[in-house]
Amino acid sequence: MELLPTIWFIVIAVLWTGYLFLEGFDLGVGMLMKLFARDNTERRVLLNTVGPVWDGNEVWLITAGAATFAAFPLWYASLFSALYLPLLVVLVALIFRAVAFEYRGKVDADAWRARWDWAIALGSFLAAFGVGAALALTTTGLPLNANGDRVGGAFAWFSGYAVLGGLAVVGFSLLHALAFLALKTDGDVRHRARRWFVRLLPVLLLPLAGWALIIQFLEGKPWTWAAVIMAVTAAAAAWFLARRGSEGRAFMAMGVFLILGSASIFGAVFPVVLPSTLEPAFDLTVANASSSDYTLGLMSVVAAVGLPLVITYQAWTYWVFRRRVSASHIPAAHSFLPAIAVKAFTTKG
Amino acid sequence: MEALEIARWQFGITTVYHFMMVPLTIGLGLVVAVMQTLWHRTGKAEYLRMTKFWGKLFLINFIMGVATGIVQEFQFGMAWSEYSRFVGDVFGAPLALESLLAFFVESTFLGLWIFGWKQLKPAIHLACLWVAVVGSVFSAYFIIVANSWMQHPVGAEIIDGRPVMTDAWAVFTNNTALVAFPHTLMGALAVAGGFLLGIAWYHLWRRRTDGIDAIGVDGRVVPGEAGIPGRDRTDHKVWIRSLRIGAVVAMISFAGTALTGDLQGKLMFEQQPMKMAAAEAACHDGTGFSVLSIGNLGSKNCDDIKALIEVPGILSFLANGDFTTEVRGVNGLLDQYKTDYGTHLPDNPIYGERAGQEIEYVPVMEVTYWGFRMMIGFGGLAALAALIALWVTRKGTVPASRWLMRLAVFGILAPFGANAAGWIFTEMGRQPFVVAPNPDLNGIDQVFMFTAAAVSPGVSAGELLTSLIVLTAVYAVLLVVEVKLLVKYIRGGVVSAMPELAHTPADENEDPTKGPGTGKPADDVLAFAY
Repeated sequence: MELLPTIWFIVIAVLWTGYLFLEGFDLGVGMLMKLFARDNTERRVLLNTVGPVWDGNEVWLITAGAATFAAFPLWYASLFSALYLPLLVVLVALIFRAVAFEYRGKVDADAWRARWDWAIALGSFLAAFGVGAALALTTTGLPLNANGDRVGGAFAWFSGYAVLGGLAVVGFSLLHALAFLALKTDGDVRHRARRWFVRLLPVLLLPLAGWALIIQFLEGKPWTWAAVIMAVTAAAAAWFLARRGSEGRAFMAMGVFLILGSASIFGAVFPVVLPSTLEPAFDLTVANASSSDYTLGLMSVVAAVGLPLVITYQAWTYWVFRRRVSASHIPAAHSFLPAIAVKAFTTKG
Repeated sequence: MEALEIARWQFGITTVYHFMMVPLTIGLGLVVAVMQTLWHRTGKAEYLRMTKFWGKLFLINFIMGVATGIVQEFQFGMAWSEYSRFVGDVFGAPLALESLLAFFVESTFLGLWIFGWKQLKPAIHLACLWVAVVGSVFSAYFIIVANSWMQHPVGAEIIDGRPVMTDAWAVFTNNTALVAFPHTLMGALAVAGGFLLGIAWYHLWRRRTDGIDAIGVDGRVVPGEAGIPGRDRTDHKVWIRSLRIGAVVAMISFAGTALTGDLQGKLMFEQQPMKMAAAEAACHDGTGFSVLSIGNLGSKNCDDIKALIEVPGILSFLANGDFTTEVRGVNGLLDQYKTDYGTHLPDNPIYGERAGQEIEYVPVMEVTYWGFRMMIGFGGLAALAALIALWVTRKGTVPASRWLMRLAVFGILAPFGANAAGWIFTEMGRQPFVVAPNPDLNGIDQVFMFTAAAVSPGVSAGELLTSLIVLTAVYAVLLVVEVKLLVKYIRGGVVSAMPELAHTPADENEDPTKGPGTGKPADDVLAFAY
């Protein structure tokens, strides 16, 4: 076993887990803009629970991508090119979603807000689904030839696993967002989110549990089976804690669930990073897809310093904005009072 | 079109577009941080207003840079998988470091800044902005390091057919990067300078034509007040200071781009002589810089091109720092490139249908020749305009001319054009290589890659065309939205970014007995919310 590539496999697993933990709830909050919020004030409450942090959360995705490029160029190249069209959808979804967060409140008009609400909700849904599909397919495999290129055309990646993985991340994100809202809001939104969480937990976690179990049946090792069982226990704990009203602990339990679930999946497929469904000899593995030890060593030093630092200042951000958001905190919509009414470019001088 | 062509168009369009947002983010970020620092130190109202107004425009633009940046990172793997496989060991590291050390910082601390008004202590709030801005500058550095490695691959040797990093210090202190980085930063500041200048000009002009500011007997401005919130005497200070800051930034940054560009040019004459010969559209060795060349610049036979106006000696100065050394032209270099890197693409499956084709070593000369001149021309024009603007506004306001105002506003585009032209020149000028060969290494040590070998072999032209159309359409729509929003906030003036200006005086008038902090419900409302 090669030490540095293995470490980097773990780092990438950590980055994806961090991404799903953090952006999981803001993707879910995005979807809940349409599914859960009842009026504009509630939508703004939802939006402002993630307002200061969503962009920082999204960087976990960018870092996961860039770290894969640097540490496992062959994995990055094969996965991203094979999933060309689904990743295009993810990109467009992320673009609209990001812009919508920032622009939604910039014009005080219902039609304007409604459009960006859809951009946030659909963008969050498609991004979550696409990322889930891509992650599932990197564990179950793609039709890759000896060079690592996809064969079979633009849709050769499509399989039930893609749908299962997509649903898994969508379901998890929705549930995680409900736990987050119960923790981060007050008033009616808080209590409703908690009720929804308790009621929907079994359904929303089903696809993720299905994916984790399929991987265990295919590639499981004793310790990854144990992780699955512990993850299920954590989910059960989250359910009981939420029902009892311990919102903070329920949210923590969701985090434990995600870490264990993700460890069970990444651990089971190790050392294969992207199997070929055509020929096992074409599998990309930790050993054959990685960069040189020199590059990995350099990045290990940087990551050993950088990653704890990132976690520290991001944690501080959450501390700064720890206060629950409720309808009474939301300032009035900022209706324009233009200092200049005349259009200088259209009137004649 | 073939997959390769489509992928190149897509990369070009998405990159140039992304780099409309990026320099404004970097440049304006620095300027806003300085403004907030001035407010923090002096407590003067105009600096707070400047921070809020320019900060608002900064954020409207920032988000577009973020949104389009993800496309750049994904695109290498999606459309250029062979490139990614080939260079990943070296090129991936600066990208990974960028997100880990710079982009995380930028995004997180900007979130703190946006939402942290009143929640954070003023000094900490200000520090958050500075940290975010420094993050964006580091971000630029890492991206420039990655790009510079494509221009001048160092610190790596070929093992099993792929470059492997052997010297990280060499990669991160690549001389190409060390000059391109300040050049890019200066270019970003030039964009911010023009942006401030044009918009502040518009507002000063508006105040004059609305009859708020008058001209006194000595020719100096007499600032007035209108009965509209935010259009008071402080407002005049906001715009005249913004204008002067913008003009000074524009001039300093042009000087900076000229100095660093000169260094960069001299390096490029060594590192990619063909790029510079093509920038000149010069067939033969010579010393003169062409001011105007005509003819068919795309012609394979470059003897079709005639330099109509040429300044003797200047080309030698650009390349070597003297006026006499001959600079090599396209024809002589062509023979050398053919000897060094072959006349035909190898019969290797990674070249697809292009395997065995003749290699076209001369970049598209219309692009390199005019790209180079547009970069310098637009940059110089913006700096000249800034100098004139400083002189014209020395008595505190702008002339009443509507046409001058329009010129100042459209002048905002010039530094954008200079940035885009510079990048198009440097990237197109590197062709046919995606990783240009480093001439200091020879033979087997050569690290280089032809663009024809870089595209994803498994991705069809149809997929690439789909994404080209989708991304271009999405970008076009969002450009319209962004510009409309910017125009709306610009027209609105400071009050659009500070709604409290419209409310505070009225509240005070209604209840003058109420002291500060006496349980107003407003205390509980977020200072900023989406």
